[in-house]
Amino acid sequence: MALRTLAVCAIVCFAAGLSVASFASFREFLPGLLQGALVTIEITIGGCVLAVLVAVPAALAKMYGPRPVRWLAVGYIEIFRGTSALVQLFWLFFVLPHFGILLEPLTVAILALGLNVGAYGAEVVRGAVSAVPRGQWEATVALNMPRTLALRRIILPQALVAMIPPWGNLFIELLKATALVSLITITDLAFKAQQMNQITFKTLQIFTIVLVFYLAISTVITAGMRALENWAARGLARGRQ
Amino acid sequence: MKFWDWGYTLEILPALLRASIVTIEATILGFVIAATLGLALAILRMSQNRWVSVPTAAFVEFIRSTPILIQIFFIFFVFPEFGIVLPAFAAGVLAIGVHYATYCSEVYRAGLENIPKGQWEASTALNLSPYVTFRDVIIPQAIPPVVPALGNYFVALFKETPLLSAIAVLELMQTAKILGSENFRYIEPITLVGVFFLIMSLAAAWLIRRLESLLDRSLRNPGR
Amino acid sequence: MSDKANGPMVRFEKVTKRYGALTVLDALDLEIAPNEKVSIIGPSGSGKTTVLRMLMTLERINDGVIHVDGEPLTHMQKGGGLVPADERHLRRVRGKIGMVFQHFNLFPHMSALKNCIEAPVNVLDLPRKEAEARAAELLDMVGLGDKKGHFPSQLSGGQQQRVAIARALAMRPKVMLFDEVTSALDPELVGEVLNVIRRLGTEHNLTMLMVTHQMGFAREFSDRVCFFYGGRICEQGTPDELFGSPRQERTKQFLSAVLEAG
Repeated sequence: MALRTLAVCAIVCFAAGLSVASFASFREFLPGLLQGALVTIEITIGGCVLAVLVAVPAALAKMYGPRPVRWLAVGYIEIFRGTSALVQLFWLFFVLPHFGILLEPLTVAILALGLNVGAYGAEVVRGAVSAVPRGQWEATVALNMPRTLALRRIILPQALVAMIPPWGNLFIELLKATALVSLITITDLAFKAQQMNQITFKTLQIFTIVLVFYLAISTVITAGMRALENWAARGLARGRQ
Repeated sequence: MKFWDWGYTLEILPALLRASIVTIEATILGFVIAATLGLALAILRMSQNRWVSVPTAAFVEFIRSTPILIQIFFIFFVFPEFGIVLPAFAAGVLAIGVHYATYCSEVYRAGLENIPKGQWEASTALNLSPYVTFRDVIIPQAIPPVVPALGNYFVALFKETPLLSAIAVLELMQTAKILGSENFRYIEPITLVGVFFLIMSLAAAWLIRRLESLLDRSLRNPGR
Repeated sequence: MSDKANGPMVRFEKVTKRYGALTVLDALDLEIAPNEKVSIIGPSGSGKTTVLRMLMTLERINDGVIHVDGEPLTHMQKGGGLVPADERHLRRVRGKIGMVFQHFNLFPHMSALKNCIEAPVNVLDLPRKEAEARAAELLDMVGLGDKKGHFPSQLSGGQQQRVAIARALAMRPKVMLFDEVTSALDPELVGEVLNVIRRLGTEHNLTMLMVTHQMGFAREFSDRVCFFYGGRICEQGTPDELFGSPRQERTKQFLSAVLEAG
């Protein structure tokens, strides 16, 4: 954390230095970049929510589903992990209209990134669930609990804490991947960066500030996930040594 | 409108295959940068000198937290302001290589930190210089266990190469887009690109698993 | 259906368990009467823990039938014959059995009390108030009335194992299985757990089946001791018979080895 803070400070100082040196030009592109940043944040949040919503059922289907459902889950996970996020984004953007499905670019963006990260998330969920000691399952059998109840009340709550740090990494990967949406005409931060660059030619300032914006958002995500982890660890077992 | 046009598929296949060579070149060159620069970053980050280790750590954190696409733009658009003009392919490969170097450095670091302190102490007792210790004692032990993890990043890097299309490198994705816009049919070229990546990554994943079990065995019984 | 009142509480009928090529239990026949206390002893790998795990349905059996309280557990009646039990049948019959594990297997994210009411509320559908009252009673009985709000990580091994006993009892089983319940405990904590089991034996109508390394306790507590060797019951009898005058050479060897170790 300290390192991150240091990195942020260093870059912010650098950026501040640059902007003081060219204060007048700052006003030309900053509002545009802020607009873009809002779109980036919007897509990040949408994508993260979708990723979690998809990952949990996909993981459970892969682990416990009846055979056809399991195959479906494995197919989803392998396809989305095996191809690039950009290929998936373009596929949804260019090919869905071919089937008469017309979606807003923003929807396509959230869908593609959420499904992509959701496939990685499914493996995270699976790993965390299978890391719960076997004795916990055996105890639920000895207490005659049905499997769904055991999963919901005993296994998943314990898996949750182990899942949080890898999910933090995935959320940052998702944030980074949002830059791709600029390639399907969405006016996110990366798009605005290019646009402002073409208008003002303040290339160094613009791209430096854009990098700082991304760093700032990812720092917020990291801090948030760390807080969540502490909170969940407290809930799991008070005073566990 | 046909769901899938096989005639068109066959027509565009040669162009796509040619483009896939660019993709593979970019992957290999990018990974060479990632693997070598990654090791350097790992060693610098473990330096006793805080003036070396802290900036290295900050650099790694910074690169890991920001999008590759912006880093590609940075090298392609900003470097020329300092007189460093790179062709699109070189700029893109450099950006991807540096980005994954930061990931690889974490892998190397884990490998290096797993070497027991006794190995360093024994090297000191034999009066080996730090350089020789690294070269002959530490690195030969630290690298093999992390090869599968590096392999995973090799595959990840491979899947990032479509980003080069953003600066008009004629790799697979860019070629597919051009073919799609020329013929007003995107489904075949983009699906083919997806299939290409899927096959290559599944094959790579299988290879890495094989490598892992092989390494597992040879690390457990060295000398066999 | 056989006569429930007088028949055995648990009956293994030619039960075989294999792991690949390895036969862990070989056509085991074993009957346990209602309220009987049976100890299983034997060297490691003799299949003794597997007996409990099969009875708890943690392991599938390869051959034979296990009956509990007059009805088949591993199988069910269908079309005049016995077919492998489905999940519903298993859950119904399994409800008569409770188990305490070597490593306690308490739920780490729940307090002692919560551990004891989770299944009664969600499986037996007891009202929460009633489940809590009963759990509190059981925790009092195992001497942990003042630790209801503690989490497993805040309890000693002996205390955790006593919570685990209370948790199993909260499901009102007819048969209780104890799988090396003191093996994971520091020596000074063994006594408190054995005391609780002793009390259970005298104050409750429970059929008890335990795998144990505590020879002294097995001798004092059980009605019958079974010595397992190589997946079979090599010798069984009252504690005095088995410990006092073992007939089989293997039993003698085992007992002298164990007693030598102290």
